[in-house]
Amino acid sequence: MPSVSMTVNGRAVTGDVEGRTLLVQFLRENLSLTGTHVGCDTSQCGACVVHVNGESVKSCTMLAVQADGAEVTTIEGLAKDGELHPMQEAFRENHGLQCGFCTPGMVMSAVDLLQKNPNPDEGEIREWLEGNICRCTGYHNIVKAIQTAAASMKG
Amino acid sequence: MSDTGIGASVKRKEDFRFLTGQGRYTDDINRPGQLYAYFVRSPHAHAKIKGINKAEAEKSPGVRAVFIGADMEADNVGSLPCGWVVTDRHGDPHKAPPHFPLARDKVRYVGDHVAVVIAETYAQAKEAGETVEVDYEELPAAATLGTALSSSAPLVHDEAPGNLCYDWVLGDEAEADAAFAKAAHITKVDLVNNRLIPNAMEPRAAIGEYDGGTDSYTLYSTSQNPHLLKLILCAFVLGLSENKLRVIAPDVGGGFGSKIFCYAEETVCTWAAKKVRAPVKWTGDRSEAFTSDAHGRDHITHAQLAMDENGKFLGMKVETTANMGAYLSSFATSIPTYLYATLLAGQYTTPVIYVNVKSAFTNTAPVDAYRGAGRPEATYVVERLVEVAAREMNIDPAEIRRRNFIKPEQFPYQTPVALQYDIGDYDASMTKALEMIDYDGFPARKAASEAKGKLRGIGFSAYIEACGIAPSAVVGSLGAGVGLWESAQVRFNATGTVSVFTGTHSHGQGHETTFSQLVADTLGLPIENVEVVHGDTGSIPMGMGTYGSRSLAVGGSAISKACDKIIEKSKKIAAHLMEASVDDVEFDKGTFRVKGTDKEKSIAEIAFTAYVPHNYPEDLEPGLDETAFYDPLNFTYPSGVHIAEVEIDPATGMTEIVDWVAVDDFGNVINPMVVEGQVHGGIAQGVGQAMLERAVYDDGGQLLTGSYMDYCMPRADNLPSFRVGMTQTACTHNPLGVKGCGEAGAIAAPAATINAITNALGILSMDMPATPEKVWRLANQHAQAAE
Repeated sequence: MPSVSMTVNGRAVTGDVEGRTLLVQFLRENLSLTGTHVGCDTSQCGACVVHVNGESVKSCTMLAVQADGAEVTTIEGLAKDGELHPMQEAFRENHGLQCGFCTPGMVMSAVDLLQKNPNPDEGEIREWLEGNICRCTGYHNIVKAIQTAAASMKG
Repeated sequence: MSDTGIGASVKRKEDFRFLTGQGRYTDDINRPGQLYAYFVRSPHAHAKIKGINKAEAEKSPGVRAVFIGADMEADNVGSLPCGWVVTDRHGDPHKAPPHFPLARDKVRYVGDHVAVVIAETYAQAKEAGETVEVDYEELPAAATLGTALSSSAPLVHDEAPGNLCYDWVLGDEAEADAAFAKAAHITKVDLVNNRLIPNAMEPRAAIGEYDGGTDSYTLYSTSQNPHLLKLILCAFVLGLSENKLRVIAPDVGGGFGSKIFCYAEETVCTWAAKKVRAPVKWTGDRSEAFTSDAHGRDHITHAQLAMDENGKFLGMKVETTANMGAYLSSFATSIPTYLYATLLAGQYTTPVIYVNVKSAFTNTAPVDAYRGAGRPEATYVVERLVEVAAREMNIDPAEIRRRNFIKPEQFPYQTPVALQYDIGDYDASMTKALEMIDYDGFPARKAASEAKGKLRGIGFSAYIEACGIAPSAVVGSLGAGVGLWESAQVRFNATGTVSVFTGTHSHGQGHETTFSQLVADTLGLPIENVEVVHGDTGSIPMGMGTYGSRSLAVGGSAISKACDKIIEKSKKIAAHLMEASVDDVEFDKGTFRVKGTDKEKSIAEIAFTAYVPHNYPEDLEPGLDETAFYDPLNFTYPSGVHIAEVEIDPATGMTEIVDWVAVDDFGNVINPMVVEGQVHGGIAQGVGQAMLERAVYDDGGQLLTGSYMDYCMPRADNLPSFRVGMTQTACTHNPLGVKGCGEAGAIAAPAATINAITNALGILSMDMPATPEKVWRLANQHAQAAE
């Protein structure tokens, strides 16, 4: 069984995995980081989005061994010292979540959008979210939340 | 209004845990020593099971057990019941063939459960599952609704000749015929209400656990109604004592109806936990959700509307064939009858309505309630009919609706299809919606679109729904096997904080916030002192769960009643402490005062006294903990007008929703932010039905739309931002004056969307979903016709 080592939310971790173990399984099952969710089996829904070396990645579509040596950030690692990340705060402020299941992936994906494009317009936000499915909100308040976060992160 | 009281957009209490990855969904829970279940499912739509060889699977690494239908039969495990008996036109009950959790002799849809493999890891269970040999004799399938009732269709169940579950009528056909005989114009439409797959983002999951020491079970389940699941499993399926099963539905990632029902998988996990003496966990993957979650809608309808020369509605006749799927899911029979036909009056004074519904068994997944459950189908019929009528009669679509609206002074209004609407002001919603969309400016906007080579259209949907299905005696007389009350327990702790236990279940609706607002406002407490507990039959007295937009109207009313009892008892304690008569004690904003004096006691002091009763009324029990049950007097009737405006590019067939106005009357509103969020999500699902989603089985019963690559879910870039307005007429018969908001968007949106698209295309009708290909064909056919 191969062993993998990586840094997850700033903590060095090591674990034995099967070759076929997905990164999301390693996070959920080996590390008990259950904030990252699995909502489909075809890499469409985006509930599993985490950051690997700073980029958003669908952790259901990456083997744990591929993340060997990587820096991984999950939803659990986004808030710092009990302070919500501006994106998390903006989702709360704008009612950008209902059942909460897609939310971790949605937030991680949105954070990466603003890294790449700090000032997206509504169309760019909606297009970026193509890989994240939400069944509850109709996206209206998610879009508003991302706009709010973009404004607050600039300010 | 305080900033956390009734009417305030309080930010949600539940958000912190969801935003920080600390939500606790069923699959996040792991029990010591747990094993994993994998279900072997039928690849065939219809087949005899001639034999099952599980020997190799049983020898596979990590496997603890492989069970098949015969094993459950040997333990006398029963059939999954349907909880609503529909009486057909001849007075006979609907056909109710058995639905065993693991198939016995036959499989009847792709995804039907054949065996369960239980192993130390999920991978081991799945690998072993692939070695289970099932000897099938394939049979022809009745896969499509259109042909299921024909005499040549293969029979799904021997118990249901002709695949007919029931042939049911509502209204008087002769009276309807008489009304039609007087008509100046009759509008006819043929409609398909496309089959949908609910697709809550969290797939279903279950963990069954058995405690040999107490001979009791715990089931963790992704359920919208844990108490009802407990009742069904104990009383009907597993034969357990109801006090020996605890059902916990923790955080649940969306439901939309699909998690109301009692499913095979959770039944098997509970039963198997005792067999293998270990917790048994099953987490469905998305493919399993597509094949085996209960689907929604799936009607074929022919509808007719008779009018006089002024467009005044004289009568309506509706014939619908509805798909039940291969087996009856928990409430399947009630959806196309009591939750559909009874809504066909819409917002209008149509005096005579006759409805005939035939429900059919097919070799497809069971069909049951999905967001709106019958009411979207009804609204689609009414609002498509009315729109087509307006076009045929050359009457403005807003005007024809207004001519036929039930007027405010006509309430309470008895419809010809059994319901009595308590209150509404439909014209107020129409007026506001027309203002918001700037209806007068539409011709100019249409001309501007045309100048760009685009086709612009506007579409109306004036919907009504019936929420908080009740009262129990009435639904019982119509065949419901359950009561439809709700319970609540409001418990003061000695230190002045409050725990509220509700039998409703929140899976995105924000009850922890809304119900806290209600209690904090009623009892005059800081909102952070109120905690709402739901989803655990071990801690909540009783409950009927969440569906049909019932939680606030029924569950909230129960909470309100429990708060009244708290205040009533507190007054007695306060009177004793302040040496006054109970009649002289007043309560306001958390403080009890003796009228005309400066004596006062806070409710927290009263609570402390109730639990530390050193100076206490002699004839009063200690404690401040009250339970209330609320059984509504009637349904509630939310209503509203949605107007969609679309722009179509005839070159590509792409339809863009350029504006959406929703004006809804939900009665009194506790948290406008939450309500608007519910409206947004509902519209998105309705637009999904109208433009993107359609579950397709081929003629052999294979599901062709079994993943997110084939079944088109609404994405962010398919939708606009919505403009939401409200009007208010308070419900007359519940203590809060509330109606319910969870399904309105999904009910209103399909008709508004299709009415807008057909308006843009200059045609009368088209079937959902209005995909770019279909729109392109129609746009170009239209262009050719115009040449």
